[in-house]
Amino acid sequence: MSSPITSTTLLPPVRDEYERPLEPLGELVLEAPLPLGKRIFAQSWLRKALIALVLIAAWEAAARVVNNDLLLPTFGATVTAFAQGVWSGELLQKTAVSMSVLLRGYLLGAAFAFVLTSLAVSTRVGRDLLSMLTAMFNPLPSIALLPIALLWFGLGTGSLLFVLVHSVLWPLALNTYSGFQSVPATLRMTGRNYGLTGVRHVLLILVPAALPSILAGLRVGWAFAWRTLIAAELVFGASSGNGGLGWYIFQNRNELYTDRVFAGLAAVIVIGLLIEHLVFDTLERVTVRRWGVQH
Amino acid sequence: MVANPTLLFPEHAKRAGHALHDAPAASQKLLSVENVSLEYRTRERIVRATHDVSFDVYGGDRFVLLGPSGCGKSTLLKAVGGFIEPTSGTISLDAQPVRGPGPDRIVVFQEFDQLPPWKTVLQNVAFPLRAAKKLGRAQANERALHYLDKVGLSAFANAYPHTLSGGMKQRVAIARALAMQPRVLLMDEPFAALDALTRRKMQEELLRLWEEVNFTLLFVTHSIEEALVVGNRILLLSPHPGRVRAELNSHQYSHDSFGRNDFQRSVARIHHLLFEETEAVQ
Repeated sequence: MSSPITSTTLLPPVRDEYERPLEPLGELVLEAPLPLGKRIFAQSWLRKALIALVLIAAWEAAARVVNNDLLLPTFGATVTAFAQGVWSGELLQKTAVSMSVLLRGYLLGAAFAFVLTSLAVSTRVGRDLLSMLTAMFNPLPSIALLPIALLWFGLGTGSLLFVLVHSVLWPLALNTYSGFQSVPATLRMTGRNYGLTGVRHVLLILVPAALPSILAGLRVGWAFAWRTLIAAELVFGASSGNGGLGWYIFQNRNELYTDRVFAGLAAVIVIGLLIEHLVFDTLERVTVRRWGVQH
Repeated sequence: MVANPTLLFPEHAKRAGHALHDAPAASQKLLSVENVSLEYRTRERIVRATHDVSFDVYGGDRFVLLGPSGCGKSTLLKAVGGFIEPTSGTISLDAQPVRGPGPDRIVVFQEFDQLPPWKTVLQNVAFPLRAAKKLGRAQANERALHYLDKVGLSAFANAYPHTLSGGMKQRVAIARALAMQPRVLLMDEPFAALDALTRRKMQEELLRLWEEVNFTLLFVTHSIEEALVVGNRILLLSPHPGRVRAELNSHQYSHDSFGRNDFQRSVARIHHLLFEETEAVQ
C-alpha cells in the first residue's frame, strides 16, 4: 500500500530542539471578576422578578381596557382585597385550613409511594403491582373519585385526604421508581458490598442516589395536590362550617366579589411560589446541587 | 497450568530457589477458587463466562487476573465479591464458602460513580466503617482520615466527589477499601479509565501502599504491562470462555523493569500464551 518515497515527496525539515525555563508570571491577571451588570443579571431571582413585573403590568393594562370590575378587577383592586382578607384574618384562616389538609394528604401519599416503590425495587411482584396500579390510576383525575370518596368517607376531611393521596401517590411513585432504576449498578454493588440489605439499602443508597427524580416527583405531587384540593373544595365546599381557600373562592364568586375571587387565586399562587422557591429550591440547593448530581 | 513458575522464567530460577530457601515462614492460603464456572444471562441466552477455573490466593499476594476482554475476569472478580453465584465449583475465603457480598471483600470498581455523590470524601470513607464495622463516629472519622492521609487526600476530606479528578476519586475508593481492612481487596480494572500518566502514578502508589499496609490484593486487568508491574503472581485466562491458561510469577518486576530484556521477554511470552490460537487460525 505504501508508495516508495520519490523525489517529489516532501519531507518536513529536521528542526532544532529547544528548552525554555519558565519565568515568573509577574503581573499577569489569571482571574478577573465579571462586570457588575452581568453579575447582577446572573441572579435568577432578579430575572424572575422582572418577568413578574411585566406580567403584572400586562394584567393592569388589560383590566383598565376591559374596565369592568365584575369580569376582571385591576391588580390594585386585587391587592386591596388581598390585604383586606389578610387583615380581617379570613384569608389566613382559610389558607390554614387548606394547608393543614393538604400537608396531611401529601405526607400520607408520599409514605404510600415510598412503601410501593420499595416493594417494587425489592420484588418482581412488587414491580408488576406498581406498574399496573400506576397505569390504571395515574390517568384517573382525582376529582372523578370524589363522588365515591363522598360515599365512603362522608362530607369531611376523610374524603379530601382520599383524593389528595390519590393525586400525590401515582406521580410520586412513578418518579421515585424511575429514579431507583437509574441508580448506577456500581453504586448498588457498593452498597451491597458494605453489607447493606433491605430497607437500609433503600434508605442509605437508593433514596439519596435517586433524589433528583424523587424531588421532581415531590414537586409534581405538590402541584397535583394543590389543584385537587382547591377543586374538591369548590365542589363540596365547607365541611362543618370550616372551608378552605377553594370554598373562599366559591363563596365570593357567588356573591360577585370578583376582586376577592382574584385575591383567593393570588393566595394559591403566592403559596405555590413560596413553596417552590423556599422549600423545593432550598432542598435542591443543599442536596442534589451540592452533590453535583444536578445542575 | 504450569506448576512450577521457575520453568517460565528460567533466568530467575536460581534466585527464586534461593529466596525460597532462606525465606521466613510463608503466609497461608487465604482465598481459594475451585473449579468455578460462571454464567450470565442475556435476554435470549445463557452465556458461559468462565469454565472450570481454579486458583489460590495466599495472604499478602498481589494476585492478578489477566486476560483479553470477554474472558470473564471481571465476572470472576464479582463472583469472589459475592455478587454472582457460580454455576458450579466453590469459592472460599478462610476455608468458609463465600455467600453473597460482604465487607470482608471490598471492591474497588473501575467506574468513578462508585463513590456516593451525596457524601464528602471523608464521609465516603467513614460511612462503610459505621455501617458495616459498627465503629463510632469519632473512631470511624479517625480511621478514615488516617487512610485518606495515606493516599494523600487529607486536604480534600470535606470536598464532594464531583469536584475531584478521576485519579483522586479512585484514590478515595482505595482509601475506603483499605480503611475497611478487608481480608482481600478486590480491584476491577481500577485504573483503566485513567489517563496514561495518572495510571502509572496510581500503580506506583498502590505498590507503595501495599508495602506500608501489606494487604492481600486480587487485581483484574487487561494490560500485560500493568499485570507484570502490579502483581506478584498472574493468572492468565484464555479468551471466551475464560479458562486457565497459565499461572506465572512477576514479583521481580517494577516500573524500573520497563524496557529490560527479561521484562520484554515476559510480555512477549504472555502475549503468545494469550493469543497464539487466534493467531494460528489467522
